[in-house]
Amino acid sequence: MGVALTRSAQWSAAGHGAKTLEVTPLNEAIVKEIIMFVESFIYKYPQEANYVFVEPLEWKTNLDPSAFGSGYAVSGTTVKSEEVDKNGEPLLYLSVPQIKIRSFGQLSRMLYIAKNMKLKEAQACIEDYEFSNGCRAPPWRQIKGEICYVLVKPHDAETLCVTCSKEGVFLNGGKTDDEGQINYERKGEIYKDLVTLLKEKSAIFSENMSKQEIKFSEQPQKDQPNEAPKEEVAITHKTSITSRKSTQEKNRINLGRSQLTKRLEPSLNWRTSVSSKESRNTLRDTQGEKHGGKLEKSRSSLSPGRAQLIRKSVEKIEEIISDSSSESEEDEEQPDHRQEANADLPSEYWQIQKLVKYLKGGNQTATVIALCSMKDFNLAQETCQLAIRDVGGLEVLINLLETDEVKCKIGSLKILKEISHNPQIRRNIVDLGGLPVMVNILDSPHKSLKCLAAETIANVAKFRRARRVVRRHGGITKLVALLDCRKHSAEPAQSSLYETRDVEVARCGALALWSCSKSYANKEAIRKAGGIPLLARLLKTSHENMLIPVVGTLQECASEENYRAAIKAERIIENLVKNLNSENEQLQEHCAMAIYQCAEDEETRDLVRLHGGLKPLASLLNNTDNKERLAAATGAIWKCSISKENVTKFREYKAIETLVGLLTDQPEEVLVNVVGALGECCQEHENRVIIRRCGGIQPLVNLLVGINQALLVNVTKAVGACAMEPESMMIIDRLDGVRLLWSLLKNPHPDVKASAAWALCPCIQNAKDAGEMVRSFVGGLELVVNLLKSDNKEVLASVCAVITNIAKDQENLAVITDHGVVPLLSKLANTNNDKLRRHLAETISRCCMWGRNRVAFGEHKAVAPLVRYLKSNDTNVHRATAQALYQLSEDADNCITMHENGAVKLLLDMVGSPDEELQEAAAGCISNIRRLALAIEKARYS
Amino acid sequence: MNRKKLQKLTDSLTKNCKHFSKFEVKCLINLFYNLVGEVTERQGVIIGLDRNAFRNILHGTFGMTDDMIMDRDCFEVFDLNGDSFISKEEMFHMLKNSLLKQPSEEDPDEGIKDLVEITLKKMDHDHDGKLSFADYEQAVREETLLLEAFGPCLPDPKSQKEFEAQVFKDPNEFNEV
Repeated sequence: MGVALTRSAQWSAAGHGAKTLEVTPLNEAIVKEIIMFVESFIYKYPQEANYVFVEPLEWKTNLDPSAFGSGYAVSGTTVKSEEVDKNGEPLLYLSVPQIKIRSFGQLSRMLYIAKNMKLKEAQACIEDYEFSNGCRAPPWRQIKGEICYVLVKPHDAETLCVTCSKEGVFLNGGKTDDEGQINYERKGEIYKDLVTLLKEKSAIFSENMSKQEIKFSEQPQKDQPNEAPKEEVAITHKTSITSRKSTQEKNRINLGRSQLTKRLEPSLNWRTSVSSKESRNTLRDTQGEKHGGKLEKSRSSLSPGRAQLIRKSVEKIEEIISDSSSESEEDEEQPDHRQEANADLPSEYWQIQKLVKYLKGGNQTATVIALCSMKDFNLAQETCQLAIRDVGGLEVLINLLETDEVKCKIGSLKILKEISHNPQIRRNIVDLGGLPVMVNILDSPHKSLKCLAAETIANVAKFRRARRVVRRHGGITKLVALLDCRKHSAEPAQSSLYETRDVEVARCGALALWSCSKSYANKEAIRKAGGIPLLARLLKTSHENMLIPVVGTLQECASEENYRAAIKAERIIENLVKNLNSENEQLQEHCAMAIYQCAEDEETRDLVRLHGGLKPLASLLNNTDNKERLAAATGAIWKCSISKENVTKFREYKAIETLVGLLTDQPEEVLVNVVGALGECCQEHENRVIIRRCGGIQPLVNLLVGINQALLVNVTKAVGACAMEPESMMIIDRLDGVRLLWSLLKNPHPDVKASAAWALCPCIQNAKDAGEMVRSFVGGLELVVNLLKSDNKEVLASVCAVITNIAKDQENLAVITDHGVVPLLSKLANTNNDKLRRHLAETISRCCMWGRNRVAFGEHKAVAPLVRYLKSNDTNVHRATAQALYQLSEDADNCITMHENGAVKLLLDMVGSPDEELQEAAAGCISNIRRLALAIEKARYS
Repeated sequence: MNRKKLQKLTDSLTKNCKHFSKFEVKCLINLFYNLVGEVTERQGVIIGLDRNAFRNILHGTFGMTDDMIMDRDCFEVFDLNGDSFISKEEMFHMLKNSLLKQPSEEDPDEGIKDLVEITLKKMDHDHDGKLSFADYEQAVREETLLLEAFGPCLPDPKSQKEFEAQVFKDPNEFNEV
């Protein structure tokens, strides 16, 4: 019975007090079964029916004492059975509404008396089952302070079997296989309550708990308990409130952090943003719900907010596709913490409310006075920012922008410009339709108005939706037009007031474009509006406050191929290099970032060198305090060092030594670039020696244990390059670097896997006792062979290369043959990827050296596809393939297959190749085929 | 006026005035002579515009009609009784029609009085309960929007723009058109 209940009964979700059985057909069937069992008990097992329970079954009954007839002593509200135990206690005792029964016999009789209320009584009995002390744990466990046991199945984790004890809540050993018994042993920490435990064990639970309105019935917590805990439910209710708060708090901190790291751009291109996106979604929900329970004032913003959410999800796809890597939703999802209704409002609140009243009801003169007075508040302070919004000031300020009164517009924008530093206010401004109005003002003949509008747009367009609104209302074109200050003079001292204003307009335009340029579609719009030549022209000024937004915009846009080409064409690199020497750290940072982005292109890398940009970049390494700038500078150095001439320069400037010094105690954003740069430098022998001499190998190997994917890709590359030096290889081996690389083959990310595999090749080549070393990695060979099942071409090519090196050792070749390397390699043969073809052919040719592998490759149909490789355009593929075919042609059947697939003609062409190895292999293969043909002929005639 | 003298005047004015470029100064000088007309220069006589001519220009070019405003500084305009101070009463007088009367309010003048207080708080730097020219000047320097704090008294921005466009038109550009 207990087992049936445990396994199948459908308990309702936690309500108040005890759990109840839901009214479902299944439950009814179970209860009916129980009733039948109990009812018939007295007839079937009369002896057992008299057996007295140690503890009575006890529940609240609906039975009336009057229903009890003969065999019972009824007096008022109590009933005692005449049947008693050996101490004279009645076996049934009813004191309305509590009933206690201590034998199956009495239970049967009770059900008989209950007649049509049987079902109810049985249900009540089951539901109320607990020990008289309120515990549900068996008595022998109660001694240990245990109260009850709960099974919890979270959405994202295994079923948890939890013990609730007086000390707290912990995971026990779970249900044992037999009869649903519980392994009571504690397996893990003790948590203060169930919620804390679940939050620790289930991410989804903790996420849901952070939502504002928790409906308990919707929780991922589905109890299938032996018994459900009264206490626990209560505790859960209590704690849910506090824990919800703390989760939000945490999320906020996380967001803050991600904003912080956001500025460290160079490495972000590889950062997976999945986790942060998820947490944002949670918060967005939270906000959505929060809107509902707000002050009356804010309720008006509810519906547009909701509408946006919907619109957003519709447009999301477009934006996700169109947004570049630098895109960030830095502030859009920040929690909206409005004034609590009952919180003490600061005095500013009332003063601002009064001013907003005059703004609404005043003529131009009164409005200007009110605006000027409002401007005197500390608008950088959140209290004031939110006060303006909460008294409906934003609506009025935005309305003023639509009037013809220039002064009112100026005054309003001066305030909006300040308060839009607040992320929530930005959202509100967009919700109230403020952006299109500001975009229109960009056309105004008044320069100061234009400036203010552009500056405010620069603040507001810090999140994606805002940027889209600016673009959709033609804002980008207008902002680009602001950049065009015709009579722009280089010397500020000689320019007139008017010209100074023109320059200021251009600066504000650049500022707004900088914000907008974080969306891909806007980058395109800027380019189409002819922004690049204008930016290039502004780049020639010497005003830092102009240069920063201009370079900032260029740096954002340089993520696009189109821009990089244009940047090269407009001779922008020269000016970027020039400004690397600026005194302004922010300007240096953005210039370095722009160079980092553009230096993907070889010509650009040369331009940086030709304009003398490498030296300032190298000298930026010496100041390590400003991490943003350091990340940008190391990023630029990394990309520039892809060109060998640049590496030579960097070596001259002693940058390699400095980079090695940066391998420790730097944030990951910097490390990724430093290691990337060293990886490029390592391609040359001379630099590898430098890195070893200044102790770079140890810190590099140490970085192999990290988890940052971009960093791991670069570190493996650098370590692999170092391993090309036998002397360095000894150090790597001593530091257990090969084992670390090998274990990275298990990394979930294919880029890391492939990079680790490539790095292993020189390690195996240059290790002293390579065969023995490889064998020492338990399960290592099997791991490598199984990677041939990957569907990533780069992983496959790299693993083939590793196998080629492993197979040089006969013993290891034998082992991988046993692991089934031949069929796996044969399966890969049908590919058009030349890189994979080359390495696959090399591996096949190497693996032919063992046992009957040659024959096996033929049997697994690897030969015909290999012949087709000879039609590739890649000589490397030809060479590897010819060698493989030569090895395979030692088997007669393979020769026949080759001949049938037209290998001879293709190979004949290759005999004339200038590549000697290819010549030799092709000739050898033809010779084998020919010899077979001769032998057959000979056999025929003899 | 000969070319040499014009050149000299332009140079000296450009040197002393930081607001205008050489080209703009030239434009302004041209404008001035156009307005004055061809007057033969004589020793000791300062050529210039008389009040009537200036008034006509203000009216024609800037669309200003209020006689009282035309010949005075903004401050003087607001200093109704001419005692060199703008008092609370004067402010009240100038602002009394600046707010929409709200029928719900008990004292319709309450808002105006409050507005006057706000203004004083903002502009009365020496805290003497009235605005001196020094107070006014300082406040305007801090926030140019306050130049016309108590009502419009300068050419409206639209006329200003038109004037600038007219005067500073680049002759070369004009020729190209």
